Amino acid sequence: MKILVAVKRAIDYNVKARPKADGSAVDLANVKMSMNPFDEIAVEEAIRIQEAGTASETVAVSIGPKQCQETLRTAMAMGVDRGILVETDEDVQPLAVAKLLKAVVDKEQPELVILGKQAIDDDSNQTGQMLAALLGWAQGTFAAGVELADGSLTVRREIDGGIQTLKLKMPAVVTADLRLNEPRYVKLPNIMKAKKKPLDTLAPADLGVDVAPRLSVLKVAEPPARQGGIKVPDVAALVDKLRNEAKVI
Amino acid sequence: MEREAMEFDVVIVGGGPAGLAAAIRLRQLAAEHDRELSVCVLEKGSEIGAHILSGAVMEPRALNELIPDWQARGAPLNTPASEDRFMFLTEKRAFRFVTPPQQANHGNYIVSLGNVCRWLAEQAEELGVEVLPGFAAAEVLYDDNGAVRGVATGDMGRTREGEEGPNFTPGYELLARITLFGEGCRGSLTKTLFERFGLREGVDPQVYGLGVKELWEIDAAKHVPGQITHTAGWPMDMSTYGGSWMYHFEDNLVSIGFVVGLDYQNPYLSPFEEMQRFKTHPLIREVLEGGRRLAYGARAISAGGFQSIPKLSFPGGLLIGDGAGFLNVPKIKGTHTAMKSGMTAAEAVFEALADESASGVEVTGYRERLEQTWLWDELYRVRNIKPSFHWGLPLAFAYSAIDTVLLRGKAPWTLRHRPDHEQLKPAAACKPIEYPKPDGVLTFDRLSSVFLSNTNHEEDQPCHLTLRDDSVPVQVNLARYGGPEQRYCPAGVYEFVEEGGESRLQINAQNCVHCKTCDIKDPTQNINWVTPEGGGGPNYPNM
Ligand SMILES: Cc1cc2nc3c(=O)[nH]c(=O)nc-3n(C[C@H](O)[C@H](O)[C@H](O)COP(=O)(O)OP(=O)(O)OC[C@H]3O[C@@H](n4cnc5c(N)ncnc54)[C@H](O)[C@@H]3O)c2cc1C
Ligand code: SF4
Repeated sequence: MKILVAVKRAIDYNVKARPKADGSAVDLANVKMSMNPFDEIAVEEAIRIQEAGTASETVAVSIGPKQCQETLRTAMAMGVDRGILVETDEDVQPLAVAKLLKAVVDKEQPELVILGKQAIDDDSNQTGQMLAALLGWAQGTFAAGVELADGSLTVRREIDGGIQTLKLKMPAVVTADLRLNEPRYVKLPNIMKAKKKPLDTLAPADLGVDVAPRLSVLKVAEPPARQGGIKVPDVAALVDKLRNEAKVI
Repeated sequence: MEREAMEFDVVIVGGGPAGLAAAIRLRQLAAEHDRELSVCVLEKGSEIGAHILSGAVMEPRALNELIPDWQARGAPLNTPASEDRFMFLTEKRAFRFVTPPQQANHGNYIVSLGNVCRWLAEQAEELGVEVLPGFAAAEVLYDDNGAVRGVATGDMGRTREGEEGPNFTPGYELLARITLFGEGCRGSLTKTLFERFGLREGVDPQVYGLGVKELWEIDAAKHVPGQITHTAGWPMDMSTYGGSWMYHFEDNLVSIGFVVGLDYQNPYLSPFEEMQRFKTHPLIREVLEGGRRLAYGARAISAGGFQSIPKLSFPGGLLIGDGAGFLNVPKIKGTHTAMKSGMTAAEAVFEALADESASGVEVTGYRERLEQTWLWDELYRVRNIKPSFHWGLPLAFAYSAIDTVLLRGKAPWTLRHRPDHEQLKPAAACKPIEYPKPDGVLTFDRLSSVFLSNTNHEEDQPCHLTLRDDSVPVQVNLARYGGPEQRYCPAGVYEFVEEGGESRLQINAQNCVHCKTCDIKDPTQNINWVTPEGGGGPNYPNM
């Protein structure tokens, strides 16, 4: 069985994102970028399945600018066998990503696709679901546990108030939640080996996909600064403030 | 636990200008001579540039020599220096002086040194250097004869108590025929080498400054690309060494910072708060008003100059860059010298390794070569400027002028240094300093500042700020010096807290921006800074 993992190059989780002065986008100039943390979990899961002997090959795919090569190299240093870069400098939105991934799936014929549940930059949480719909495959989103046995997949999902367990027919799409696993530290020798693993580059046009944006961003702004709190002397003053200033009672 | 080992011809510790220039030069020479030579660079930051903090006005001299076509290769030196101002401040006013000759900047560029390093790393990788960010060199390895045979990276995934956690991954041994140490100011391994090989015998102690820096995006109407301003005077008193820089560079960005000499005596002094106070001067406030602060950080700087340069070679290794103290202090520039020292070391090492069997040898040719370069001459000439500041500002200015203009740096004497950690006076003998409250617009507190350095350390790991004796912070530092670590640490790592009527030192190691000040200034040298897990620390953008 082959597993395809999708990995996105996103602003690093330690970096405090801030809008550009003109409010058009988040400022990414010379900002540290790394693999979306949920995708790291997806990669870890794919490798674990392979290490357990259930999968024969793991392939990582990334969509975006040339620098996504680094993200793919990280996935390969973690243990993925090879990488595919769909290179584009366009702003690719979730639907375009899902279409591109579908085209890669058609080409590669994996039986399982694992993605992060969402990317920490735009928090869309759409790609995995759209991909499953486009493929007509079963989907197990927000996975906190994955088990493969006899051609079917058991996925535990964290939902409000508990854990839901689903049994999916293969092929399937799984999106990884935070508690699925804890990704390993990349081993130093594997970083060097990863540089020699195969990495293919495709263009969206090669896959026959139109990536033109369907949504337009109106404005990116910082959340309003939190107002400092005040101390009130007594309950009467509190009620007064709530009624006359905050106008909530 | 067995560690995996890997072999290289040359291992370089530190991906700053010194380490990267050395790596590039080595691979250039290997290509020119058609020789195999494996080179790797270890960097504790999560990426190259993540831990680099500098002014920076860069003199392109070394870069011109290393990569003459840097412009065509898109090096991020985009803003040529234009106007040069040297101001003396009183609380309300600014007086413009003639710019001291060392500070003339024609032909230089205002850069983000972090970005320059990112670019240098790309050049190095293209030449076949293994650049390995996210791995800290935690230990020097020695062979049976006592020669350096490489370094080991730190373990990953140990718990706070030092046990092996679920994701534990042991460190690696990187074995090398020659190891270059380019850790920058106050390198943690370099410090152990000084001791082990007695490299500082017969030279002056290294002395330091702490630079606190902020990056601002300002109103385009006030932006003067290429403008360089240095100030002396207020808010420092006449007997404390300190001064500021303000550089306008690309995209309406302004790099602004304050350097305080770590030989300061009043334990109540706080370099962080001096920086905040400094910004309230009309000269600065006017520029920053209406702008927004984008980044914050701090880093120590070696200020000893020529008389503090240690022995540079020992069996199996060499010191390069600011770790060896190659900084031109009156110029406040160390990038070009760091690079030049790395390049010179590379040439000496390449020659020494021509002998296939050479390993663990002492490359004495490095110093000989270095003494023939412009670097040596440059540092010699300015050697008396910084120590003269011990006499207070007016005398120091007068002396600097005479030394520079009349004697052209060739005075027949050399002024000496005293170690910074011995300089603090007891708190009882000093006046507490009242710093103004932050307004959250122009001036800030420590925590909201550290927030903008994007600093993070894996929480569950052994504390990397180690104490030789746990009782010293309260019994000596707090009792005698009023707990100076609470004030000099620019990241709020050290806090004395009261518990059941007793004081205790709390160390918030996660906030540490790796400036190394505590390792330098702790009065009894009780704090020993060691590398945390690789990848931890600040993630500086554009610094
Ligand atoms: C506030 C300030 C302002 C300055 N302004 C200027 C200026 O305007 N112009 C100028 O030319 N110079 C300036 N300098 C000086 C200049 O920044 C330094 O001289 C120069 O960066 C030194 O280069 P380096 O490679 O020796 O060390 P660094 O630049 O300090 O680089 C060392 C690198 O090694 C890494 N490292 C350290 N220890 C380890 C370890 N054990 N394992 C792995 N990695 C490690 C560090 O993370 C870092 O990335 C300034 C310095 C400061 C602090
Ligand atoms: S703990 Fe030490 S090295 Fe870390 S930020 Fe504070 S003074 Fe600097």
